[in-house]
This record gives sequence, C-alpha cells and structure tokens, in this order.
Amino acid sequence: MAFTSEQIKVMDSIITRYPRKRSAIMPLLHYVQSIDGYVTNEGIELIGKKLELATAEVTAVSTFYTQYKSKPVGQYHVGICTNTLCAVMGGDMIFDAVKEHLGIENDGVTNDGKVSVEHIECNAACDYAPVVMVNWEFYDNQTVQSVKDLVDGARNGNPPAPTRGPKTLRSWKENSAVLAGISDGLANEGVQAGEPTLLGLKKAKGGA
Amino acid sequence: MSKLTPVLSANWDEADSFTIAGYKRNGGYTALTKALAMAPDEVIQLVKDSGLRGRGGAGFPTGSKWGFIPQGDNKEHYFVVNADESEPGTCKDTPMMMANPHVLIEGVIIGSYAIRANYAFIYIRGEVTHVVRRVQQAIEDAYAAGLLGKNILGKGFDLELVLHVGAGAYICGEETALLDSLEGFRGQPRLRPPFPAIAGLYAKPTVVNNVESVASVPAIVNKGVAWFTAMGTEKSKGFTLYSLSGHVNNPGQFEAPLGITLRELLEISGGVRSGHKLKFWTPGGSSTPIFTDEHLDVPLDYESVAAAGSMLGTKALQIFDETTCVVRAVLRWTEFYKHESCGKCTPCREGTWWLVQVLKDLEAGRGSEADLDKLLDLCDNIMGRSFCALADGAASPIISSLKYFRQEYLDHLTAGECPFDPMAATLFSSAGVK
Repeated sequence: MAFTSEQIKVMDSIITRYPRKRSAIMPLLHYVQSIDGYVTNEGIELIGKKLELATAEVTAVSTFYTQYKSKPVGQYHVGICTNTLCAVMGGDMIFDAVKEHLGIENDGVTNDGKVSVEHIECNAACDYAPVVMVNWEFYDNQTVQSVKDLVDGARNGNPPAPTRGPKTLRSWKENSAVLAGISDGLANEGVQAGEPTLLGLKKAKGGA
Repeated sequence: MSKLTPVLSANWDEADSFTIAGYKRNGGYTALTKALAMAPDEVIQLVKDSGLRGRGGAGFPTGSKWGFIPQGDNKEHYFVVNADESEPGTCKDTPMMMANPHVLIEGVIIGSYAIRANYAFIYIRGEVTHVVRRVQQAIEDAYAAGLLGKNILGKGFDLELVLHVGAGAYICGEETALLDSLEGFRGQPRLRPPFPAIAGLYAKPTVVNNVESVASVPAIVNKGVAWFTAMGTEKSKGFTLYSLSGHVNNPGQFEAPLGITLRELLEISGGVRSGHKLKFWTPGGSSTPIFTDEHLDVPLDYESVAAAGSMLGTKALQIFDETTCVVRAVLRWTEFYKHESCGKCTPCREGTWWLVQVLKDLEAGRGSEADLDKLLDLCDNIMGRSFCALADGAASPIISSLKYFRQEYLDHLTAGECPFDPMAATLFSSAGVK
C-alpha cells in the first residue's frame, strides 16, 4: 500500500529523534507494521530511500528481529510463553490447547484474520506465570480455559482487557504505532502494579 | 522483623506511582537538584564510594564505568540504559518501569550530567507495550517540567532523552550488541577492546547501565554513601530487587540488602508450593549455574554465590520443585539459547544447535551414557570461544545439571522415556495453589 504524505511526515519526525538517521530504522519498521500490519516490500523500499540504505540492508535488519513480521499476523497476535518456567507451570499445555482450539499451528493465523499464535520466549513477567501476551500486552496467570476464552473473545471482537495494561486491548497495528514511539494517550490507564510486584513491599510493611 | 528494605519499590502501592506528580510527592527529582549543584566528578566519586555494582548481571562497579569516560576529549558522550530485560527468569526492571519510570529518568539525568553526555537513550525491549507507554509518557512529562531538554532546572545542563524500542532479540541485552542495534544494524556483539567507554555508540565514549543500577542512583545521592553501604556485605553493598518465581506459594519482587538467603526469602514470602519440596533453582536467571536445596543458605551477594559455583546474575530466583524434570528444563533453556544465538560466532551458532539435538534425544530416553560426555565436550568447545557470553550462558544449565542430577539423565535412558508427568508440575494440577 502506498504511504500517504501524512505518514511520510511522521517518518521524517521519527528520523529527527536521532543524532544519526540510520538509528531510526527500528522505529520506522515498527511504524511500517502499524500501517501495513507487517514489513512490506513497499515499507522496506521507503525506509531505504529515507535512510539512504539499500533495500538489502533494511531487509537484513528486519529479518534479524522476531517482532518484525514478513507476512500478516492476526488483528490480535497471541504470544504464549514456553520458556522453561512458564512452560513447566502450564505454558506448554496452554500452547497446545490453543493451537488445537483454533486449528492453527505456530505462526499461523485464523481464516478470519483475527487471531495469530506464536510461542514466545521469556517476557519478563515470571512472577505472573504462566504468561500470555496479546499485541505485547500482559495477560498474567493464565490457564488453558482463560486463554481459550481470550482468543474466542478476540475473534468475536470483544477480547478481555489486559491484566496490566490499558482498559481495552488495542489492535496489532495500533500497538505497533506505540512501539514506533507514537503516543496513544493511554499510559495512565490500568494498574501501576500487580499483586506479585507489590508482595515484597506489603511484607515489609508487616502485611500478611 | 523483616529483613526487607523497600527503596525503589517503596511507593509502588500508590495508584499514581508512575506519574510525575506521584513521584514528586515522594521526593522525586530532589536528588537531581542536589546532583546538579555538585561538580560532575563529585557525582562520579559519590557513586564510586557507594560501591554500587551493576544490577544487570555482571556486577561491575557503576561508578568505575562512569569514571572510564575520558573527559576533555572534545567528543560527544552518550548515556545508554539497558532496559532490554530478557534473561529467562528476570522480571524486575519491567515492573519497575511500569510502576515508576521517573526514578529511572532521574537517574539518567544524573548519570548523563556526571559523564558529561548531552544525549541519552533508554533501549527497552519491544514486547512490553504498556511499559513503553509509561516510559514514553514519563519522558514527555519530564520535558514539560523542564527536567529534560535545554538548560535543565536553569543549571545550564542540556540533555535529550530518547526511548528506543527493540524488536525481540535477547542478544540486544548484551551491551555491544545493544549499541549495534541502536545504530541501526543487526544486534550482534562487538569484539572488545575497545570497550564502550572508549568507542561505544557511534564510536564515541558511552556508558551502558542496567535499569536498576541507574534507578538506584537518586536514592544514593539523596541519602548518602553511609546509608547505602550500611546495607549489604563487604563487597556487595546496598539493596537490590530479588525476583521470586516458579513453584512457590507467593511469587513476587522483594527488595532486600545484598546477602539475604533464599531460605530467608522463602520464609518471608510463604515458601515452596505447599506439599512440595525444592529441587533446583537459579540464583540469577538461566545463564547462572543451577543450585539445589544444598544452597538455601548461600548469601545472595556477588562473592558468596560465585564461591558456591554460580553467579548472582540478575537475582532472578526461579524455583522448581520435585515434580519438574531437570532434563526438560535444561532442554528448554538450551532451545532458547539456540534461538537467540545471533549467528556471528561459529561455536555458539553451531554448538547450541547440536546441544539441542543431543538433549532432545536424552529427554525422550534415546541415546547412551556417552552422550552426557558429548554434552560436556560441546560445552567445553563453546565456552569462552565467542565474542559474548551467550554461549557461556547456554553451557551453564547443562554443566550444572549434570553435576547435580546426572542420575536423572540416566533414568531417562533406563526408562526409554521421560519418567516425569508434566501435568504434575503445572499450576493446574493442585487445587489451593495460586
């Protein structure tokens, strides 16, 4: 898809954040995903032009990082942690059950384009295991049933809210814009911390 | 009496702890005023005197790192925060930035002033959208309050701070790979020397510090060296965040002086999950050799953990009880290292691949006892033979698990399959367990 002049202006503003423009390649790739849903050839060509790089140099970067997708993912991209701790505590079972429930494999997308599934590595929330991410928002302390409900809700256009995140789950494209450094004004929504984060403080204050 | 010492976490239970108003209400940004009234070298000396050591895993003295930046060299200097928290088990920086991003920003401004940098970056992993929102908002609010930008607090110091969002690569937590990534390349480690202090970002003098290290600085500036050094042990000063996860009744974050033991932390938190007993654990993430129930009383400071044969690392205490198959756990970590190997160095790229092949067979009860020696031989051939420590990390769980649980590997071969029921290890298996 062709990029609008407004979008190109945003890309120019991203480039000006950095002392050297090549540093803008990662936010620009996130930004392309916010428009096209994945890293398209058109996006790579435009980034190359903006940063005075060959398309091969841009592709070399985009293919190194797992968050940059070479084909479309679902409107709700579900990442299930199967690194050791989450896997042992239930992540493996959740991953298998959700694939079966949706009838797709790892990196697959449902036919309606709503949900895709990927097994992910440790997402820095081990005290909330088993952890599931949707569009890189936290869904803590998950079970097989809760994740089935989550993906069913997502397919019906009504996903539950993240455990620690905004009041409503935003789409893959909308969250990709946040990762490109474009504010959506939702930083103040959601809790400041979940219970495990606060447990040490509570114990220090003499709480049970 | 509790041994816990909440400092960074002291106000996380206030609903607006992540806002600039919430932070300022609790004394936020007063350390900055103090620091800007000092000479930059005095700030470096203060951090050196505190004995603060890097909280990202390596434990290198933070003040020394700052002191390595050449001054009067007419070059730009850069201050970079490593917020790419990705080491398996490690979950302290992410909740901290969600609950209080401003303490990190205050630390960044103080650190940048000390090393005379006018440009700073926070390199955060990309898989935490809401944390990105919080840090981005905090930066915007700090600019609006005159705490970033030109002539900060009217003291003539300028600083630009940019949040740079990663895109899913564990290796970018390695500081030179992080710098390559920030320059717009594939994140692959550099050969050292030169170290980042001499040739870092854009080949200019650069400090790279972990989130928790930087966030600890404002409290040290405010409360002083004596307060900080009164906590901890002789060579491991101060407080730190311990992250307890896995088969425990109550996982979470616990801020305590360096040197507390796992036994004490388990007593405070509520113990290993009811009806089960501790089998093995990591003191500081998956790259640190595992411990067993023999190590419950090892003081969790840099020296004591090293003396007991592991590393303090990120203080990520992952607890596994007797229902967990150690071979399965190690295989899964090894698959992680294989997946995250950046591919630059042959021993790591090829070696982690072969380790996975051998371990997969062993977990399924195939292979022979000679394969255990093969594993150790492979580890020997990848450790210390790559640019960075990823391959060393991959070898840690394998070597340590063979040291403590060799018989369990052999039991897989005898049984011809994994003798464990994976369901028993899940949280879904036992009612009444959180």
